[in-house]
Amino acid sequence: MGCGMGKSQQLKKCDRAIRAALLIQRWYRQYVARLEMRRRCTWNIFQSIEYAGEQDQIKLYNFFGFLMDHFTPASSERSLISHIFRENEICRDIEWERYFCYKGIEVPDSYTGPHLTFPMTFCGVSKLVEAFKHKHNGLPSSEKPYVFNGDFVDRGKNSLEILLILFGFLLVYPNDVHLNRGNHEDHIVNLRYGFTKEVLGKYRVHGKKILKLLQKIFSWLPLATVIDHKVLIVHGGISDMTDLDTIAKLDRHKYVSALRPPKLTHHAVNGNKTQTMNSRNGEADRPAEGRRRVCSLTHHGSPPARRHDFPRRSLHYPPVSSQLNWPVEEELKRRRRLAGFDQSYGELKRSDSDSDPESGETTETDENEWKQWTCCGVTQCPRMAAFPNEVRGGGCYWGPDVTEKVLGRHNLQLLIRSHECKQEGYEFCHDRRVLTIFSASNYYEVGSNRGAYIRMGHDLIPHFAQYQASRTSRELTLRQSVGWTERSALQALRGQLFAHKSDLISAFQEFDPNNTGTISLSHWASATEKVLNLGLPWRVLRPQLVSGSQYGMVNYQQWIRELSITEPKLEISDNSILETMYKNHSNLETIFRIIDTDHSGSISVEEFHQTWKLLSSHLKTEISDKAITDLAHSIDFNKDGSIDINEFMEAFRLIEV
Amino acid sequence: MAENRQSAEPVVSDVQKKIKAAFEAFDYESNNTVDVREIGTIINSLGCFPTQADIHDFIAKVEEAHTGYVHLDKFLPAMTKVLLEHKFPPIPEDVLLQAFEVLDKEKKGYLEPEELTKYMTQEGDPFTQEEMDEMLTAFTDHETNVIYYKDLISQLTIDPDM
Repeated sequence: MGCGMGKSQQLKKCDRAIRAALLIQRWYRQYVARLEMRRRCTWNIFQSIEYAGEQDQIKLYNFFGFLMDHFTPASSERSLISHIFRENEICRDIEWERYFCYKGIEVPDSYTGPHLTFPMTFCGVSKLVEAFKHKHNGLPSSEKPYVFNGDFVDRGKNSLEILLILFGFLLVYPNDVHLNRGNHEDHIVNLRYGFTKEVLGKYRVHGKKILKLLQKIFSWLPLATVIDHKVLIVHGGISDMTDLDTIAKLDRHKYVSALRPPKLTHHAVNGNKTQTMNSRNGEADRPAEGRRRVCSLTHHGSPPARRHDFPRRSLHYPPVSSQLNWPVEEELKRRRRLAGFDQSYGELKRSDSDSDPESGETTETDENEWKQWTCCGVTQCPRMAAFPNEVRGGGCYWGPDVTEKVLGRHNLQLLIRSHECKQEGYEFCHDRRVLTIFSASNYYEVGSNRGAYIRMGHDLIPHFAQYQASRTSRELTLRQSVGWTERSALQALRGQLFAHKSDLISAFQEFDPNNTGTISLSHWASATEKVLNLGLPWRVLRPQLVSGSQYGMVNYQQWIRELSITEPKLEISDNSILETMYKNHSNLETIFRIIDTDHSGSISVEEFHQTWKLLSSHLKTEISDKAITDLAHSIDFNKDGSIDINEFMEAFRLIEV
Repeated sequence: MAENRQSAEPVVSDVQKKIKAAFEAFDYESNNTVDVREIGTIINSLGCFPTQADIHDFIAKVEEAHTGYVHLDKFLPAMTKVLLEHKFPPIPEDVLLQAFEVLDKEKKGYLEPEELTKYMTQEGDPFTQEEMDEMLTAFTDHETNVIYYKDLISQLTIDPDM
């Protein structure tokens, strides 16, 4: 060991060195472990908030259902509601071709990008790829077939470029490039998550046209891909009913959006509707919790009795048909319309709209089809629905027994799916029969996770390539990347806390009968979890969320005050409105963007007012007309009678603490 | 850990809640089990400073017979004992400083990356290459390319109120 001294002195000195080394190693490992714990907690925060966001979308869907159920011809919001459920402007085939013909689009001389010609060639796509300055690692070809498993857009600023590259290669190698539809290939989801905004921002003139066309394209994307009859690939997942034959046969393009509420047709105004409404109102009390929440990765079989079909109010045929006095043919006609099956498409045969002798069977098949479609994961699936003990994220939403059943049914050996972010980019579960693959690195924040893709040869054994985009994130130290991600997660978490401010205060006060303003750390943690229901380790997070707690006590009043710092622009005296608005701001944004048909970026004060009234009625909050008017006017920042949607969203950003 | 010490009862239950919270962070399947490889991290995050040998001994006591998993039922009592008895106490700053000074044979006030690497990867409970790379990235001064250990120690102190 290089200590050149007398023997006993030698040993002593080396001994000391070893002990010193041990000490330093022990200290350092402790430090790294604490960072790892923080990273783990940060991850949990992001996942919980993401799942809460999905729950939010269910709320939106319920709201649309509420609108349908409570619509009356006499209501003052009638025009707004009709507007929300307006007809799809689906052109006839000839018009469609003309409308979307690219040849008529003038390209200015100042354009310096690549010019593409059709039929698309490899040359053309390479030009595209080059133009996007994309570092590629093995482009698709007949020797190198690719399957892309959905969610190509939303989040990130280059969704359109990615789509173009994928579509380009699909055109060049139609038999070797396969695109599965994900839940983000859905125009309503795009309204919420940013893709719509991106397209309209990049293409001021043709943006709307592009979006319309994409809507159609998305609906035609296949739901699943099977490799060599052995490996099944879908975006979301499966259920015990998943049947590949059914999926192969269903007309997937008629399912335009998972969240798209049905149109109100003429029938809506006549007497029959009332009966439907009545029978449906009976179901309104039961929470339409969305799809069945299955067990996490436990070793015992699938659970619960609690199964709610999703969605309850649109394409899904009401379960208790005998309660309805709704003529069957009418129902069929209506449902076909709901599915976007417009007669002018020429796809609906006249005879179908008359009495259908096989009505019972058809509707059952349709119901089955809808379930199959949703199960492929094209809809949002609440992971944290009604099962309080299984509230934590992570884990598939069907049990290992379902995997076995479905794989067995079709003699498959592996299910590959995506939809959930994984820290290492991939993760096996269900005894290595299910593989989750997630290719977007730094998904939540720079440094949050690696991305991965699978390489598979003839042996069908998956090999993984992992990466992390952005040089910066690779060069960050562990501490820096954890810190960075953590800040972002905590900011998001503060938003959630703020949204539940009054519920939190009530919960805290239950532990503080003498109104001292402080409670124990323990009580703080359990109250917060009870209100937010995010399944987070609050005690572990406490140091980052609550500054200066003393002797294991938390001054909750002060803490809540600190959370309540919003952008000064919103001067609203009524705190309950502010809170309700904050809680629902994502859904409000989606609704506003639906209302804003010409994508101008703003809606009228009147439309805002009416939307708000409807929403508060649905949420059963008591808000006076005057309060809403005041609110509308205060959000109309430049006082021109219209509300800029982006400004509205900006107003809800909590100041970063 | 300045908890309100009115009686022994509340302290134990508080400690147990702390343990459960840390455990849950790694309970990915929400079934009260964690992978045995996370145990070291969990113990450390609770403010303890076990040696590798300590961790192995602990695992041997709580692991579910060669499954690679540890259940909360066994972890909780074992960990409670560890915390209440302060079994793996923190390393005082001055002791840590002395350790670095032992390695800094020439008493330069800093360590060269190669020096530190030699000790960390060859002596004691050796680091993996990954651990070593991470330490060097975090600790080496970017301009002078040496490790000023005195500054490091004061920067990386524990959060007192875990």
